[in-house]
Amino acid sequence: MSDEMDMEEGGVVKQFMFVNRKAPYGTIYALEGLEVVLISAAFEQDVSMAFIDDGVYELKKGQDTKELGQKNFSPTYRALEGYDIEKLYVERESMEARGLTEDDLLVDVVVMDRAELAAKMAEQDVLISF
Amino acid sequence: MLHIVNKSPYERNSLESCLRLATKGSAVLLIEDGVYGATKGGNFEGKVQAAMADVKVYVLGPDLSARGMADRVLDGVSVVDYGGFVDLVAEHSNCQSWL
Repeated sequence: MSDEMDMEEGGVVKQFMFVNRKAPYGTIYALEGLEVVLISAAFEQDVSMAFIDDGVYELKKGQDTKELGQKNFSPTYRALEGYDIEKLYVERESMEARGLTEDDLLVDVVVMDRAELAAKMAEQDVLISF
Repeated sequence: MLHIVNKSPYERNSLESCLRLATKGSAVLLIEDGVYGATKGGNFEGKVQAAMADVKVYVLGPDLSARGMADRVLDGVSVVDYGGFVDLVAEHSNCQSWL
């Protein structure tokens, strides 16, 4: 392991961005992504999440999975703050294409236009896509 | 013919292919991530509304509710439960799943 990655040496903090592009429930990506983000909190890195394309649907208010027989994991997005994961970025164009507004989302986010989000992505050290 | 679409129209072109090839009088049932195609305000609203001149569109309620979209179903789309899904399959002589 390189010195740069050695946490025990008080290591360098890197910028990690988790990019969420899938709707919840239809595939396992959204839930798996969320679990990896929660695990990442243990490594004390600079973590952010980006929600683009169908990923914006993960944050839709009012999810109710009673009849589906799957766990409703949407409340977990509101618990991220407790793990010091507070940078949630949502692409405005993806929301608008789906008829969603910031009021439709179940957690406080930073809405960015495509250019702003692109710039934010470009400055990351590590991007992990779900 | 009953057409079943289970993919988000924003991610795959299954819904568009289905609507292109569904003949007049067919039924289209949207399930799983396909339910987003039956919701208001998005880019597919116009396309689905236009298709309803020729085909009957149904959407599976439990999949809408799970996604928090039950309160924004397009006018003219019928919401069905699991029993309704079974009825649709039984009522039609054949069905096509657009994966």
